[in-house]
Amino acid sequence: MVDSKKYLIAFLITAAIFGTAVLASSVLTEKKVEDVRAIENRVALDILSSETQFALLAETSCTDIGPGFLSQELGPLGEKLSYAENQSGFSEEDVDSLKRSYFLLEIKDYLLMKRLTEKCNIKPTFILYFYSTEDKCDDCERMGYVLTALRDKYPDLRVYSFDYYFDVGAIKTLTSIYKVKGELPAIIVNGLPYYGFKSVEELETQIPALKLLKTATGTASTTPAR
Amino acid sequence: MAEIYSIFLYSSLFLALFFEVFLLITYLEVREEIKLEDLMLAKGPKSFPSVTVIVPCFNEGETVVATVKSILNLSYPKGKLFVTIVDDGSTDNTWRVINKFKHHPQVKLLRKENEGSKHTAVNLALLDVTTDLVGCLDADSFVTPEALRKIVPYFDDETVMAVTPSIKIHEPKGVLQYIQKTEYSWSIFLRRMLSSLGALYVTPGPFSIFRTRVFRELGNYKHAHFTEDMEMAMRMQKNHYRIVNSHSAHVYTVAPNKLKALVKQRVRWSYGFLNNAIDYRAVFFNKKYGHFGMFIMPIATLSAVTSLAMVSRVLVNLASNLWHSLVRFQAVGFSGKFSMPSFDWYFLNTGVMPIVTITALALTILILFFSIRMAEGKFKFSKGLFYYLFLYAFLTPLWLVQSIFKTIFRRQISWR
Repeated sequence: MVDSKKYLIAFLITAAIFGTAVLASSVLTEKKVEDVRAIENRVALDILSSETQFALLAETSCTDIGPGFLSQELGPLGEKLSYAENQSGFSEEDVDSLKRSYFLLEIKDYLLMKRLTEKCNIKPTFILYFYSTEDKCDDCERMGYVLTALRDKYPDLRVYSFDYYFDVGAIKTLTSIYKVKGELPAIIVNGLPYYGFKSVEELETQIPALKLLKTATGTASTTPAR
Repeated sequence: MAEIYSIFLYSSLFLALFFEVFLLITYLEVREEIKLEDLMLAKGPKSFPSVTVIVPCFNEGETVVATVKSILNLSYPKGKLFVTIVDDGSTDNTWRVINKFKHHPQVKLLRKENEGSKHTAVNLALLDVTTDLVGCLDADSFVTPEALRKIVPYFDDETVMAVTPSIKIHEPKGVLQYIQKTEYSWSIFLRRMLSSLGALYVTPGPFSIFRTRVFRELGNYKHAHFTEDMEMAMRMQKNHYRIVNSHSAHVYTVAPNKLKALVKQRVRWSYGFLNNAIDYRAVFFNKKYGHFGMFIMPIATLSAVTSLAMVSRVLVNLASNLWHSLVRFQAVGFSGKFSMPSFDWYFLNTGVMPIVTITALALTILILFFSIRMAEGKFKFSKGLFYYLFLYAFLTPLWLVQSIFKTIFRRQISWR
């Protein structure tokens, strides 16, 4: 005879394991979303602080601006968002909302960086990078690896990456300012757009200021040139 | 399509987990029963029924002598134990080799033309069997001296019609044989649990012992898609003939040591199981057949497909990771590759699928712990366990894909 009670118990235990897994996954994912939001808040605060400091620049000198002037958390934040985008646990709504805030923070940071380079006569050490998650863009993945490797090599290099087709007005304004076409990946270096894949060596040639940045291994050099 | 695949994957995982939980509950239930059995076996048989062991052989000149000697060395009264060796049309020196037993009082020799399947050789020998019990031992297997004494006591129960042994790997060498060693330990545990559930679906060629009347009443072996031992067990279950397992009766078999031979053997087993299951589909979800019909046969059939789905998912993930690593290497070489990233729990995959998979893996390890303890007497971490955990899942598609394909498109397989 079939002991149906045993099947019921086995089913309940299995269902409990599944239920616990769903619950644990949901709690941990929520914690990760909170983690990203907390970083975004810190970046926003960093930017506000930098803007305030910048506003005071008229009364101070460029030499008072230290290396920690700009937020150091934009890079790790981008990595976490990129990871969240590729994981099934995160809700699309959460990722979209986090990405929106991230892109806006990037633009604010970029504007600050730009004003800083103009005001203090610093050679620009930033790259605007446009990629796509909508259409097939094999080179975008390769370009992403190159830019990550470059940022690992030059921790002071600022890479601002934007999802070209993401529905944020500020990104559209940015693409129209630099006349970025949809031929992705695209990067803006020194105000000029470049399309297609570029290797680490090519980018090092494109951005002379990179040579003046400190490398991660500490081989060169000085603070950004004025 | 992706959603259907995802639902199928989750269902597969649920079923796998359910089966593991079910097995563990069964184990908790039968622990006392196993202890009582061990006490019964320690006392030895109350009586010694006469037994014939049939040894079918085709080109087994190298191993058959050791096989026969292991039977003659069984700790059992000589006058009650007989061996029938059937040379199934060997083209090597088998006939010459087995002739050394020509004058042995317990041994009988038969020779026939090969007809492409083992069952005809066993059936030929069955014609002349007059003993109470009869069994078979493939010519690549060996029994331990105590094996028969650990099987016979089960026949004190009049309802028991067949007893299956615990099969182990003979002197494993190399990765493949070590994997099989752990796999066979798992089978020893599984068969013992199925025995208590009354749901054994195979009476393995190596040393399953039957009451001779089983063959007189239900008929001899059939071709059965080259898996006559599965068909016989299913036929017995369909006719409510009870099969039990003696986990203490040890039989050693020579396992394939080449991938090609292993795949061929497993294609035959899984193809044979699927096709016999189709032939015996009437037992599926039929309450008359208890756990055998309601659960074990359906889940064993379904697991051929679900395990393939789960392994394919792992393989796709591995291929995808490998592809991204290649793209990365192409883009930046080894740049940044060797720098140790700081640990951040954020990057741990905390999706439902990984959590459930890890839980299922933990239960697998727990069952393997009990399996190895049951098979070896005590648990010991071995390289076989390591190989099994990391490699076995990737081997199974090699035979599952073939056997499912051949079953669906009604392609034939060959014995050798």
